[in-house]
Amino acid sequence: MENSFTMAAYVVAGVLFILSLGGLSGQESAKRAVWYGIVGMAVAVIATLVGPGAGLWLLSLVLIAAGGTIGYYVAMRVQMTEMPQLVAAMHSLVGLAAVFVGFNAEMTINLVEAAKAAGEGVEGAFALLVAKKEPIEIAILKIELSLGIWIGAVTFTGSVIAYGKLAGKVTSAATKLPGGHLLNAAAALLSVVCLVWYLNSGAMLPLLILTAAALFLGYHLSMGSGGADMPVVVSMLNSYSGWAAAAIGFSLGNDLLIVVGALVGSSGAILSYIMCKAMNRSFISVILGGFGGAAGPAMEVEGEQIAIEADGVAQALDEADSVIIIPGYGMAVAQAQQNVAELTRRLRAKGKNVRFAIHPVAGRLPGHMNVLLAEAKVPYDIVMEMDEINDDFPETDVAIVIGSNDIVNPAAQEDPNSPIAGMPVLECWKAKQVFVSKRGQGTGYSGIENPLFYKENTRMFYGDAKASLDTLLTKIS
Amino acid sequence: MDDGLINQRGLSVKIGAPKETFAGENRVAMTPASAKELQKLGYDCVIETKAGEAAGFTDAAYKEAGVEIVKTGAALFKAVDIIAKVRPPSETEAKRLTKGQTLISFFYPASNEALMELARSKGASVIAMDMVPRISRAQKMDALSSMANIAGYRAVIEAGNNFGRFFTGQVTAAGKVPPAKVLIVGAGVAGLAAIGTSTSLGAMTYAFDVRPEVAEQVESMGAEFVYLDFEEEQQDGSSTGGYASVSSPEFREAQLAKFRELAPEMDIVITTALIPNREAPELWTEDMVQAMKPGSVIVDLAAERGGNCKLTKADERIVTDNGVIIIGYTDFPSRMAQQASTLYATNIRHMMTDLTPEKDGTPNHNMDDDVIRGATITHEGEITFPPPPPKVQAIAAAPKKEAAKELTPEEKRAAEAAAFKAQTKNQVTLLAIGAALILGVGLIPNMPASFMQHFIVFVLSVFIGFQVIWGVAHSLHTPLMAVTNAISSIIILGALIQIGSGGFLVILLAAISVFMAGINIFGGFLVTRRMLAMFQKS
Repeated sequence: MENSFTMAAYVVAGVLFILSLGGLSGQESAKRAVWYGIVGMAVAVIATLVGPGAGLWLLSLVLIAAGGTIGYYVAMRVQMTEMPQLVAAMHSLVGLAAVFVGFNAEMTINLVEAAKAAGEGVEGAFALLVAKKEPIEIAILKIELSLGIWIGAVTFTGSVIAYGKLAGKVTSAATKLPGGHLLNAAAALLSVVCLVWYLNSGAMLPLLILTAAALFLGYHLSMGSGGADMPVVVSMLNSYSGWAAAAIGFSLGNDLLIVVGALVGSSGAILSYIMCKAMNRSFISVILGGFGGAAGPAMEVEGEQIAIEADGVAQALDEADSVIIIPGYGMAVAQAQQNVAELTRRLRAKGKNVRFAIHPVAGRLPGHMNVLLAEAKVPYDIVMEMDEINDDFPETDVAIVIGSNDIVNPAAQEDPNSPIAGMPVLECWKAKQVFVSKRGQGTGYSGIENPLFYKENTRMFYGDAKASLDTLLTKIS
Repeated sequence: MDDGLINQRGLSVKIGAPKETFAGENRVAMTPASAKELQKLGYDCVIETKAGEAAGFTDAAYKEAGVEIVKTGAALFKAVDIIAKVRPPSETEAKRLTKGQTLISFFYPASNEALMELARSKGASVIAMDMVPRISRAQKMDALSSMANIAGYRAVIEAGNNFGRFFTGQVTAAGKVPPAKVLIVGAGVAGLAAIGTSTSLGAMTYAFDVRPEVAEQVESMGAEFVYLDFEEEQQDGSSTGGYASVSSPEFREAQLAKFRELAPEMDIVITTALIPNREAPELWTEDMVQAMKPGSVIVDLAAERGGNCKLTKADERIVTDNGVIIIGYTDFPSRMAQQASTLYATNIRHMMTDLTPEKDGTPNHNMDDDVIRGATITHEGEITFPPPPPKVQAIAAAPKKEAAKELTPEEKRAAEAAAFKAQTKNQVTLLAIGAALILGVGLIPNMPASFMQHFIVFVLSVFIGFQVIWGVAHSLHTPLMAVTNAISSIIILGALIQIGSGGFLVILLAAISVFMAGINIFGGFLVTRRMLAMFQKS
């Protein structure tokens, strides 16, 4: 009776989760969709607590409450610019939980076998479930739980490193240990060997080695990805955490886990695919780490970067009818989104057509810029995607690039030897005048020279984006 | 560092501008404003008395700007280390140069070899303003462009002065006035300036250039670009540093035919076609002049090099038998001496800025610098002309454009059908592979039914996931990640199920997992809500 109730509740929860993801197709429906997710999660947890998870339910509730408090605190405190780090950190939690649950399953199998050998009964819902299984089912169970542990471990270290990179605690450059991809291959091979060993012997040791190999693999893959690839890495890890949950779902025989894990896994995979397309990068080369190597010497960049002061920018903005702002990670770092929004408000108040052009990989997380602009109360109907706005640059008077670099790099189109050749970019240089707000003359995150800065219609507005905009705002009423 | 130059007299380095000796030359190489800027670089400025008078700068204005005034040109040449001039030096002036002095002026070294040799023998360094390479970095000292700009403007003004009608078309109570039609041949700096002036006066302006890539610039100035019916690949100006080069006879024929067709309609023709180091090409032939209406005006900016029209007489205004006025003045910049001097003095000042990277009043004649190297024609007793080709091309080579073909409706339909076919093929292949894999799993012997049940659920969920996520709006990708992150803490179910099944270690690990998943559930959903609450319409 209880079990059927739980199953029914799972169906309800599963439907709610699907609606929750589907609702994200529009800004308005998204607000509703989040509630579907929350209710779905509540239904799932409660149904489990009254059903198969009834043992020690009080402890469970206390732990959820404690975790929830921390989660609440973190979620309320986090700056929108720190979103990428937060998401990465949270993925690591899911990964680690998957590893623990996997080990628990293994230990339960052992306990049950010991109990069977001793002729005793077993306690607990999961143990009872295991006890009923045929030997072949146990074997499959073992494969499933090893997979869960393996993916969970990769997710865990991968996410921790991604968090470190995004938070600036680990160098953002792509670094590999000597051996590079061979090490990855060796770790993967070792994992397979351990899996076979574990299946044959049932011992704990191979499982531990397998976990260690997976932990190393996660670490190394994530270290090998450059900062500019982080959006893809984060969404890949998102995907992994889903697959880990699905694998655990198989081993626990829990359909809801499988459903949700598969949803999350496929969602992350699609996101990564979209990101890779936006960067014209091969999916494989990104997840294996490392930039695609340049095919030859990069084109010489000629000319000089011409600086401009706030007065000049203010004057040009005053004369312009149409303005397109291209924000990038630099805006997030400088926390300049409020100033950008204020500038937008003032220019719009003067009847100018102000729009935002968002490149799919601007920032360190898919959609990062949209969230920041939304936080600063920039209306979303003037925030355009690359494809919507790229053709409008020739009719635009002023394009303002704030803290972005690679996504406005004309070398992607002009220089076949550039590391980013072929990547779709925002063609801001076609605007009549381009202002680039940038900290200094450096090449930035990816280390690729940007010919945009040397173009004749480009003026460099040096300085911290926030400070620069502050001075600019004093000149524009 | 050129030691001979610094502090020749143990004093700070002086820059001086003499009065131009060339007859009718009104410009001056230093203005009170530029002198102030030069002083900021650490130089002392000197000027010959009355040097700026013809350009509207009085001695008093110079004095106020802190410029020392000397009585004669000879005294000035003795007093200074750097001489700034407009015209190439006369022989007398060149003889006054001494070792270690630097002369900055127009020089035209290719046609003034004797003068260059004289300057070399005197040991002076000469920087020819007309030799500044045409690269973007050097634009601020490109005096040829500054002067051409003025010439283009002035050419239209002179034409208007000699033309008996309005430029702009008007309908007045006293009758209708048709607009003047202006043709500008050669859309270089002068040509573009002329186009701008002419269109802003209201004339219907047409422009022609042998370099088709300037059509866009011409149109941006409001003129109509005259295209030729000519199939041969037209030249790309980028290979010659942005200047025009000699065209093929066939091309020339097509060009002249077009001009012949236009000649009777045009009221004003301004020719600006020059090819570096060559006589000006003849573009406006006698028969075209014959075909023009009486009272029409031709301004030939190439008069100094023989003229684009063979009837042109340099420095003269002539009227042909059929009443066409041909203006061959060569001193347009000098006719606007104040403007020309201001711009030229600024070009010189920029040149000095590049020569004084430390802003310490001591010039550093750095021969490794592309711009300085290119403009220097004598240095340390050597002739350094012609310069090696600059390391950089002035203009990026224009990529060969492939004309996008207009697709006919049939072709479009065919393309769509092909795309549909490819898509179908793709989908069917994927489905076949997927089905084969799944069937493969089912064929494994002894596969328990319980596994297959879960497996079905799994595959369908992945499928639903793919379908749903494609529809997610781009701007909501971050909330999507936060939601999926929150949802992925469904792993808590596993931990909850296990927490009750015996074994201390099991309970401990399960408890930790529940705790972590708890953080994730609350954190993930709350953050998503925060984000979504921010999205608002304008």
